[in-house]
Amino acid sequence: MRMSVELDVFVGNTTIMDEEVYQFWLDGYTVNDAVKVRMEGGVLEECEASAEVLHSDTMDQYRTFQMCERLLHSPAKLANQLLFQIPPHRQAMLIERYYAFDGVFVREVLGKKLSKGTKKDLDDVSAKTGVTLKSCRRQFDNFKRVFKVVEELKGPLVENIRQHFLLSDQLARNYAAIVFFANNRFETGKKKLHYLTFQDFAFCAGQLISYWTVGAVDNMVEDMDVDLEKQFLQDLKELKILITDKDLLDQHKSLVCTALRGKTKVFNEMETNFKNLSRGLVNIAVKLTNTKDVRDFFIDLVEKFIEPCRSDKWTAGDMRLFLTHYTNSAHILDTFKHQVLWDRYMGVIKSCILKMYHD
Amino acid sequence: MPGKLKAKIVAGRHLPVMDRASDLTDAFVEVKFGNTTFKTDVFPKSLNPQWNSEWFKFEVDDEDLQDEPLQITVLDHDTYSANDAIGKVYIDIDPLLCSEAATRICGWFPIYDTIHGIRGEINVLVKVDLFNDLNSFRQSSCGVKFFCTTSIPRCYRAALVHGFVEELVVNEDPEYQWIDRIRTPRASNEARQRLISLMSGELQRKIGLKVLEMGGNAVVGYLQCFDLEGESGLVVRAIGTASPNTNTHSNTAPASNACNSPSKDSKEATWAMFKQPVLDISFPLIGVLNNQFRHFLFLSVLSGMGSGGSAGKEAGPLKTLLRQHTQSALEQREFPFFTLTCFPPGFLVHVGGVVSARSVKLLDRIHNPDEPETRDAWWEEIRQEIKSHAKALGCHAVVGYSESTSICEEVCILSASGTAAMLNPRFMREGCLDAGGSDHRLSRQPCGFCHIPYDEFNMPFPAQLTYCYRCRRQKVPDVLFTTIDLPAEAAVTGKGCLIQARLCRTKKKAQGEVNATAISNLLPFMEYELHTQLMNKLKLRSMNALFGLRIQISVGENMLLGLASATGVYLSALPAPGGIQVAGKTPSDLNYDQHIATMQKRINDTITKNKELYNIHPPESTEELVGSPIPDRQRSRLFRSTSESSDELLELDLSHGKKDAFVLERGSVTMSINMFVSSGFYSCNTEVMPGIYNWTSGLQMFTSVRVYRLSNANLTNQGLNKIFTELCENLLKSLYFKLRSMIPCCLCHVNFTVAVPEEELIQMGAVRLNCVCVCGCVFVCLFVSGSGENEDQLQFSMELCADSTPSNNQPTSKPSVSSAERCSPLPEGRSRSLRSTRSMPCGAPVAVVKMTPLSFLPGTRIVKYLGIINMFFIRETTSLREEGGVSGFLHCFIAEVFAMVRAHVAALGGNAVVSYSMKECVFMENPNKNQAQCLINVSGDAVIFVRESEQEATPPLMSSGQISSTGADGTT
Repeated sequence: MRMSVELDVFVGNTTIMDEEVYQFWLDGYTVNDAVKVRMEGGVLEECEASAEVLHSDTMDQYRTFQMCERLLHSPAKLANQLLFQIPPHRQAMLIERYYAFDGVFVREVLGKKLSKGTKKDLDDVSAKTGVTLKSCRRQFDNFKRVFKVVEELKGPLVENIRQHFLLSDQLARNYAAIVFFANNRFETGKKKLHYLTFQDFAFCAGQLISYWTVGAVDNMVEDMDVDLEKQFLQDLKELKILITDKDLLDQHKSLVCTALRGKTKVFNEMETNFKNLSRGLVNIAVKLTNTKDVRDFFIDLVEKFIEPCRSDKWTAGDMRLFLTHYTNSAHILDTFKHQVLWDRYMGVIKSCILKMYHD
Repeated sequence: MPGKLKAKIVAGRHLPVMDRASDLTDAFVEVKFGNTTFKTDVFPKSLNPQWNSEWFKFEVDDEDLQDEPLQITVLDHDTYSANDAIGKVYIDIDPLLCSEAATRICGWFPIYDTIHGIRGEINVLVKVDLFNDLNSFRQSSCGVKFFCTTSIPRCYRAALVHGFVEELVVNEDPEYQWIDRIRTPRASNEARQRLISLMSGELQRKIGLKVLEMGGNAVVGYLQCFDLEGESGLVVRAIGTASPNTNTHSNTAPASNACNSPSKDSKEATWAMFKQPVLDISFPLIGVLNNQFRHFLFLSVLSGMGSGGSAGKEAGPLKTLLRQHTQSALEQREFPFFTLTCFPPGFLVHVGGVVSARSVKLLDRIHNPDEPETRDAWWEEIRQEIKSHAKALGCHAVVGYSESTSICEEVCILSASGTAAMLNPRFMREGCLDAGGSDHRLSRQPCGFCHIPYDEFNMPFPAQLTYCYRCRRQKVPDVLFTTIDLPAEAAVTGKGCLIQARLCRTKKKAQGEVNATAISNLLPFMEYELHTQLMNKLKLRSMNALFGLRIQISVGENMLLGLASATGVYLSALPAPGGIQVAGKTPSDLNYDQHIATMQKRINDTITKNKELYNIHPPESTEELVGSPIPDRQRSRLFRSTSESSDELLELDLSHGKKDAFVLERGSVTMSINMFVSSGFYSCNTEVMPGIYNWTSGLQMFTSVRVYRLSNANLTNQGLNKIFTELCENLLKSLYFKLRSMIPCCLCHVNFTVAVPEEELIQMGAVRLNCVCVCGCVFVCLFVSGSGENEDQLQFSMELCADSTPSNNQPTSKPSVSSAERCSPLPEGRSRSLRSTRSMPCGAPVAVVKMTPLSFLPGTRIVKYLGIINMFFIRETTSLREEGGVSGFLHCFIAEVFAMVRAHVAALGGNAVVSYSMKECVFMENPNKNQAQCLINVSGDAVIFVRESEQEATPPLMSSGQISSTGADGTT
């Protein structure tokens, strides 16, 4: 004689949540898969529970999470909703984990338009990254939700995300990067960029947001941290003089070479390549008024600067030394009048390149 | 016109989108009380409307104030079509009618819709101005306090216990009215919710009147039940203990009261005692065309006395009897029923044993709601029987009394049970229940209540008597079964544990009287077998007493289910239990003998193991007195168990096959081996776990519901028993697993409920079987070291402390509290500080409301009772699959019920619900139509508590209130 469980619920006054199961749910495991993994994890021996017990517990938790999901879409509601009694530190955990994302996944969609089309392709992304489709969708929807909300808000991007979604500072920064990339549609998927991690890009985004956006000058306008400052990009054209004026270019080269002589093993390579490298960097600046070129910003950095240096076997130290002197030497050039602009440009370029210069 | 009710609608939030076009809502609110309705303005295009309405004032009789709920409806304004209802809030304003309870109701309430569940929240403010009542013939009973708690509430003191009060109200169930065919499910559900709310208000008021008549001012152990009698009606019942409380109140009062209350007369000292009311309401359903009286078949199960008769014949005399019953307070006092399970020290003199009575009835339409005497008469008979059983045990009172029903179509089993006891007459007469003022000798004697109340030479049943193992002067029985909590003064050896007996009996499908007779015939056997199981399991654990015994018999179409739960303990005053002998049916087969021998060995091993597990090491002297455990003692003990409340069943023992017993034994052995492996996890169904005294404040209340479907091929008794047992065991295991993060912890007040729902739709030969519903509460009880090895030692020192002065108790218990806060997964201290430092952008965070089925919260002190919470909800869905199937639907509904209870408590200004219980949880589904419906009734007491550490300012209570301080540590 068999019996089957038709209904099985457990509800606590204080909502019981197991972090491990929550992670399985977030990762898009089916209940059966989660039970399997839990069984292998050894909970059973610990508590003398049977697979049935584990299944029932997992189902309960999955249901709870599903009911909570609606609230997690606007985390502020979690604090003043009445349906679940969840201690504040658990609430924070729920939110933080819900908005956490996989590095491999985000790397695939970074810089892409957060549109329906992209969402349709998520099964490919899932197959490629090994992240379950369900989890991909959640992460994608999170990106989109955050994007939509901050799009219409004034004030600093990171702070808005942090307040609106109650995220930790680190996570809020990452989301700011994702929003920033999605808005400017930076190309990150080219093969040459594959070696870069999300953290590399997130760092660069932070730099761009802090120094190149409208928010860097005025902190109370819409989209201030999402769009690059138009005037700044326009002004960057002025830097062209550094490569078009032959005297200036030679002068710049000799200043840098003097400073570096004897301090680096790749001096000769640097000396021969200087003009090419300088042209590369300045050309990037000059072309940034074109949206298309903004999108290619990272690929240009890699092609025009990082790759040549890498083939000459520069070390990170060499790179730092060169960029420092390359930036500073420009101040000594008598005919170069755009010191402030130059610093604003090179400051970001320098830190981005240093971050991106690895294997 | 003695009252003015004022309500103000402040704001709403998280409202659902009602206008798809704009994704917004144009909400307004209707506030209704009685026949008066007010409306707020429409707050256009917002999901978070700010109405800030004027004060809506209702001028009403206090009678209506008690009966009616305030009804708040949130609607979406629609210019061209009918306004859409978003949902409703019913607010019971009863707590505002007592001067000592809440002063206003103010806060966020979930807006509830019976189809969609919670849809947003509304902020409401409610106040009541009461005028002096000049009418001496009043129909209201404002001011009488009600408590669900089955002990004297912690911040009150009982002056005098009056006794039992009961009342019954009858009405028609709207679900079965003709109009139900044309109205929407929502309208029907709401009509039902409103009616039941009205009825419980009326019931409470009528009980209150009786209490006032008796000179009492409060009702404790108030128990109100609804009987949904299907086609023949719906019955709501309630029982409780009425007493006038003498003083009372609150923080500092008990201390001052301790010295002077004895001199006060009962008028001034109005607080202390409570009477128990019993309420019964019957609702007839109109659906039945047949108006003729059916004959009732009445079989009193335990005594075997049967009586048959029509309701018409019996109603008259019984009604007058009832009148006398309630009117003559003296009579009441001579023979009181108490729904209380926990008493002040010295209150119980002797305890006789469990008395119970059952009867099987055929339900009939109730023709006139104003004359519910049929149902009254049924209960009256049962109470009379209980009374006579108690008398047979030489006792003049019944404590821990409760009543219940199980209904399947037209058959209804009525059950009542309690514990026969002798009470200290002082408490019946004088105005003082002070711990200090009561009989010192009695209250201090830890074994007094175990002594037999009946005459040794004229025993109502055969029992082995020995001299008390503590005082050596009086006789005690060899085992003791009771329905009450372990008295605070009782000395126990080792720890207690949950003991359950489970039983299934098949029966043929039948109709009417045939069916009732079949059930009546089965009941004695079931009762007997449950007792045998309990007795054997008790012995297997080497224990000799059961507390909190609750036997539930549920009837289904083709089976009966019996579930007995109790907490077993080893009472130091009683003799050590004997062993268990296994006997084969025929000694011919050698293999069989061998098998028996192995069984015997396993049983003996289990007993030894359990002794270790529960730390039961009675002093050596015990053995001398008892001699070696004698096999023949077993039989007499079995006799004893059945004869607890009945002599009739004695013969049954002979007819009871050894084989069955053997199978059961084997089941229980394996079970006990499997069941207690999770170390650090204890369970009991009483308020506190005997033998564990260091409670921490970590607390988790939960509700768990399971429904199983059985294929009905070859249902046999044995097969069913096995399944039923597995089912209960699995549920317990599941609970252990769920709560493993709280270990070491104890599952307290576990309340199992089983039901065999009617099958409305027979599909594929499958029969829907059991719905097991557990409502419990888990404490984290942390041994100071937190590790298993030190447990014994600590246990010992704790026990010492509890036995000595309470002041010693404090320092030891405190460290355990603090360490628990560190380790428990839900440390309130931490969450509070976290919350205060964290900036929440959207208004104040929701206040934490604790819920517990216990009458207290460990590590805290209740400073105020805000009133009774008694709520009834219906939820229905027509999109079952979309809501996650039956489990998803019910999970959500239970969470919603919790949320609504918490919201009401918070609005009253409270931070906890004690004595919480889910009285009713009826679930119906029709998967083919994608529909399901569920009814839930919950109740409890809203309170304000403070942590022990926060109340240093009131030291007098610590020293004077020995009961309460030791109680908080878990000894009561």
